[in-house]
Amino acid sequence: MGVNEVTPGEVAALSDSVIITQLSKLVNWGRKYSFFLYPFVTACCGMEFMSVAGPRYDIDRFGAALPRFSPRQADLLMVVGTISHKQAPILVKVYNQMAEPKWVFAYGSCTVSGGMYNNYATVQGIDTLIPVDVFVPGCPPRPEMVLDGLIMLQEKVVREPRINLTRGVSPLGEADDRKIIAG
Amino acid sequence: MSQGDNKGYGVVDSAVMARVRAKLGPLGLILHTHNQHGDDTVVVQADDILQVMEFLRHDPAMSFDMMMDLTAVDYLGAERTHPYLEPLKARFEVVYHLYSVEKNHRIRVKAPLTLENCYINSVTGIWAGADWFEREAFDLYGVVFRGHPNLKRILLYEGFEGHPLRKDYDKFKRQPLIGPVN
Amino acid sequence: MREEDREKGYDFHKKSHTDTMVINMGPSHPATHGTVKFFLTLDGEIIEDIDVEIGYLHRAFEKECEAQKWNGVFPYTDRLDYTASALNNVGYAMAAERLIGIEVPERCQYLRTIVSEMARLSGHYTNVGAGALELGALTAFIYFIEARELLWDLMESICGARLTHNYVRIGGVTSDLPSGFRENIKRIFAKNRELWVDFDTMLTKNRIFLDRMRDTGAISQKDAIEWGFTGPCLRATGVPYDVRRAQPYLVYDRVDFDIPVGSTGDNFDRYLVRMEEINQSMRIIEQCLEQMPDGPINVDDPRWRMPSKDDSSTKMEPLIFHFKQIIEGPQIPAGEVYQAVEGCNGELGYYLVSSGGGKPWKCRVRPPSFALTAAMPLLVKGAMLADLIPTFDMINLIGGECDR
Repeated sequence: MGVNEVTPGEVAALSDSVIITQLSKLVNWGRKYSFFLYPFVTACCGMEFMSVAGPRYDIDRFGAALPRFSPRQADLLMVVGTISHKQAPILVKVYNQMAEPKWVFAYGSCTVSGGMYNNYATVQGIDTLIPVDVFVPGCPPRPEMVLDGLIMLQEKVVREPRINLTRGVSPLGEADDRKIIAG
Repeated sequence: MSQGDNKGYGVVDSAVMARVRAKLGPLGLILHTHNQHGDDTVVVQADDILQVMEFLRHDPAMSFDMMMDLTAVDYLGAERTHPYLEPLKARFEVVYHLYSVEKNHRIRVKAPLTLENCYINSVTGIWAGADWFEREAFDLYGVVFRGHPNLKRILLYEGFEGHPLRKDYDKFKRQPLIGPVN
Repeated sequence: MREEDREKGYDFHKKSHTDTMVINMGPSHPATHGTVKFFLTLDGEIIEDIDVEIGYLHRAFEKECEAQKWNGVFPYTDRLDYTASALNNVGYAMAAERLIGIEVPERCQYLRTIVSEMARLSGHYTNVGAGALELGALTAFIYFIEARELLWDLMESICGARLTHNYVRIGGVTSDLPSGFRENIKRIFAKNRELWVDFDTMLTKNRIFLDRMRDTGAISQKDAIEWGFTGPCLRATGVPYDVRRAQPYLVYDRVDFDIPVGSTGDNFDRYLVRMEEINQSMRIIEQCLEQMPDGPINVDDPRWRMPSKDDSSTKMEPLIFHFKQIIEGPQIPAGEVYQAVEGCNGELGYYLVSSGGGKPWKCRVRPPSFALTAAMPLLVKGAMLADLIPTFDMINLIGGECDR
């Protein structure tokens, strides 16, 4: 049986099997140290993101240096800055177009909960649109907080039991996008 | 209008205001003038806005060649408002801020509007830069600018209903394009 | 087309059945700073038509401000031009103070000037650095990010925040300069000047940079004034309009600084104007530090400026005023005022309307980059697609300001 056909029950039964545990550990180790970011930058947090990617608080140390501005080539969607209702369909579209495996990093209070903008124009947290892995509050968060969030995400990636993790698409996106991913 | 009408608004004595009152006053275009906090302000009827703006742009002593800002104010429910608005039953006021790069002076022009007759002529023929400012005033307040080349929403999305900066639009009333309401 | 073909009236385009292509340079794009959508109609590489759509960062600034007390608006103003937060604070505070009719003490004016100029430095570092990044000059970007980091260390020592300063209040500022500030400034400005020289050496005479920036995105003086351009983009066309000179506010009439003015109005002139303004800002800050007198940093009127914690914890009237300010807000008299300050991108105007209560009736911001972005079609029509990038960078649309 191939690794891709293993169900969770069988993983538990086969947990003594050295090959399967070591393979998933190896793959997760590779994934956590090579995030390709998609910085979906909209607002003020983008300035702190520039600092995080800058020479002093270097995100390259964690392997996450290279931004890939095509959703197909990126695996970490960093949503940096306020998402308004006008921007929301675009965020969902980008998320749906990303290939598996993918993670989402909510950077800044506006993405976590809408921040101090509780009005007709602002999405009250991007977890209403797409599933989020790490929430980093702050307005804007200090670069050290962002790096802490990234380390938390790395620990989460390490804990993943299977290597063929599929997150799926957001149910809110357009149907055409969902077909492209699933098919 | 005579200076006696400016209860508490400040004296109206700058060179710009003197010329404006000398040239536009006899034509009956001015509703009110004041100089509160040092800002020259002239209030005109909305129907006369093009004539007033042409004068302010092309008169050699005025030469207001830059339209700095265009916005609207909604006075619904204000405790204290301008006395000249009451007889007109005006709810909105379109406010233009003009600046002359040549002569380094400023003026504010205001035009009151009612809710039923929320139309004013567009000044894009006089200053091309008024384009987006007028679209924004239309988007957020619902003031319709007649003669605007492309009057559609600019800051909000196409399907949005209502004009959010009006005082009767609730701040929390969300109309999401996608996703839950709250 | 060959000459003989042209003479025969041969229309190449018609014969080759070419068509224009509509491309969407969408709201999430690496080279568009901030979220803006360009709907381009391209004929090969030439931009035939462009439709700019903004509003993707509309966060309802005005509506939020109408729901806060007068002092509660400051965090929202921080996030307007988020590359230079303190400038926005200063503009709003000055407008509100004009409405009340008070004037802040001299030391406070000097402090506000220093913080404004530091914010302007931060904004220019961000803009010019990111502009270089878009053209591929990654090292130059890193240099200016380092310069900005050092500056933000200073800002953090004054007001506690790197990016969203929230430093100014109606009637004063939150805190005085920390100890050791002058030594820090000397050290940091020496380093920043070195970084400026490095950046300049790398880019200003660089053939690739010049080819991309020279003669792209040019605008004439007349058009610039017509479209409402202000700030570095207007000064690049040759019009020496700077609010700090035309209507001096704070202490700008007491310090000596030059206004860099360009000549052609293209992207390279905008870049040079901004680079020189960085030097002038450093000059202004140094002069302010020399001239600054000692004294109070807040207006001594508890109706407008909340009393200090010491006073409101021990004496009765300050406690009452503190309570009233928190619960009802400062009761600013009815009226309207327009106050302009020189922002990073141009004239940042605040039009405040008060109806006598503790909350603003209207808090309008005249965004400089709104007018600049409106003129984008004029700047790039007929140019090649690659010219869109430096033009848009040098226009410096800041989403928070343009969309509010």
